[in-house]
Amino acid sequence: MPRITFDKVEKSYGSVQVLPPLDLTLNDGEFTVLVGPSGCGKSTTLRILAGLETLSGGEIYFDDRPIGSLEPKERDIAMVFQDYALYPHMNIARNMSFALRLERRPKAEIDSEVTRVAEMLNIAHLLDRKPAELSGGQRQRVAMGRALVRDAGTFLFDEPLSNLDAKLRARMRTELAEMRDTIDKNMVYVTHDQVEAMTLGDRIVVMNAGEIQQQGTAEELFSDPVNRFVAGFIGSPTMNFLEGEISGDRVKGAGFDLPLVPELGQRAAKASARAVDVGIRPSSIQLTGGAPIDLRVVVSEYLGAQSVLVTRCGETEVLAEIASADRIPTGDVRSFGVVSEDIMLFDRASGARI
Amino acid sequence: MLANANRMTPYLFLAPAALIMIVALLYPIGYMIYASFLDWNPSQRIGEADWIGLRNYTELLGDAAFRESFWVTLKFASIVVSIEMVLGVGLALLLDRELRGMTLLRTVFILPMMIAPIVVGLVWRYMYHPTVGTFNRFLDSIGLPSAPWLSDGDWAFASIVIADIWQWTPFIFILSLAALQSLPRSAMEAARIDGATGWQLIWHIKLPLMLPVLIVTALLRIIDAFKVLEVILVLTNGGPGLSTEILALRISRTASEFRELGYAAAMSNLLLILLLVLTIAMFAYTKLQEVRAARLRQAAED
Repeated sequence: MPRITFDKVEKSYGSVQVLPPLDLTLNDGEFTVLVGPSGCGKSTTLRILAGLETLSGGEIYFDDRPIGSLEPKERDIAMVFQDYALYPHMNIARNMSFALRLERRPKAEIDSEVTRVAEMLNIAHLLDRKPAELSGGQRQRVAMGRALVRDAGTFLFDEPLSNLDAKLRARMRTELAEMRDTIDKNMVYVTHDQVEAMTLGDRIVVMNAGEIQQQGTAEELFSDPVNRFVAGFIGSPTMNFLEGEISGDRVKGAGFDLPLVPELGQRAAKASARAVDVGIRPSSIQLTGGAPIDLRVVVSEYLGAQSVLVTRCGETEVLAEIASADRIPTGDVRSFGVVSEDIMLFDRASGARI
Repeated sequence: MLANANRMTPYLFLAPAALIMIVALLYPIGYMIYASFLDWNPSQRIGEADWIGLRNYTELLGDAAFRESFWVTLKFASIVVSIEMVLGVGLALLLDRELRGMTLLRTVFILPMMIAPIVVGLVWRYMYHPTVGTFNRFLDSIGLPSAPWLSDGDWAFASIVIADIWQWTPFIFILSLAALQSLPRSAMEAARIDGATGWQLIWHIKLPLMLPVLIVTALLRIIDAFKVLEVILVLTNGGPGLSTEILALRISRTASEFRELGYAAAMSNLLLILLLVLTIAMFAYTKLQEVRAARLRQAAED
């Protein structure tokens, strides 16, 4: 397995630049997730890596070997597509064995390989069917199977679960996570779903508008985001943002006045910006303890063990996640507590974390 | 009672239109079938013609001239459709890419089929002309002897084949190109990643996926080739001898020169039955495939 390096990789269509120069290193054997909203360049990055899009500038290296001008088949990759991209006219066995047949591997070897993977994915009974005769979930498995049959060094996944219903998606996510631990290959996975990103990725690369915002483990991104975009993108329910002003060792805004822990207070004092967005995760808002804040409860969404309270702080919507055992009447303004260690500040102009 | 009436209502409203369609479609065919059982010449009204049952058909089976023209037609149709398919599909595969000037090139390619067949015939007759024709003048200019384009049986057959290929390859080309451009792009990309070269991509993915369209295209061309008339009428009028006398020409001659309307109708019916069987067989096959796929998919989703 090679270590994959993007060196100032660019992509433009005519005068439209869809990917500004991008540097990225994917360590070998790692499961890397590229995540971001649609149009952020994650799919383009993957397709460039696959060789399905040409480079407009820069170079990609597998270890020290430049591969930017190689055909897809020369890159030792396998790929799972969002729409599965099965060959409609071939049955499942032939779909899965296509690459091996092109390589003219011995028939016995092809058969045993296809059977092995089909059994692993529970699709052995479908081998004689055509893709049109399968359900969405079954097709998804076949698409996986077709990639896994190949003994490629790098596996690419382009939003493979996004066409499945919620329940099936959750199950496939778990199976993928299992597979990740048993298969020791490079895996690059593109998704817009931060839950998929966090559960699957050894390393997550958050992208927006063609640029890498931050990369790291799920924990790093969640607890230590570098900017407002990452903070808002990672975590569910999403982080609350309140417009505020730094004032000494406190941050104030319409309807709140919160203390800053000393460490953050020092950073805030050195920062040039006074106008900030105050980031508070819904899970950092409690019923008792912490820095007090008055919130008007609008709706209570019961989710089982947890409830999400939709509240207002002034005009701004604020979500709070609390244990369902504590019943909160709606319509009332009441005092909540914010865990002050969890408060984050972002420069309102640049979005950078303070 | 009411429920029953409701069920019938749509049919009631559709009936007049359906009736007109059926009459307009079937009347001429019914007329032709009826005529094929008659000994009927154009000076008689149809009512005055003698009913002779299947005699026209039994006579056809022993008619050497009919057999010859059926053979010429079969040979013509299979040769032109095969060559046109290969050329049309080949060109489509070649031109299926986004390059500058491609649109113009594609438009130029489909010009021939926009010209009226009778005009095509006239133009090609001029080009095939033994002394002032384009081809012989060209042969002459490079020092080669003239060719008997339309005056020798085999040459004449080849000449009408060439003219037909010139006019109708664009038809295959344009339908193949449309089929190619509607193929699932990601399947093509998957094949490239799976290691397919350009040729393998064409052979294993593109052609099989185009097959349904290609079958229908070929079928349309076969039907058309079996009925071809104008170009050949103008170029050779069936000659020399019977070497290019295709069925349509034979039928029109039987009706107008030999004045045997019933016999001509019987020939037409035979042609109609042949093409009908061909068409039904192909559509039934496609339909069967679709139904099977839909049923299995339904079962899988449940």
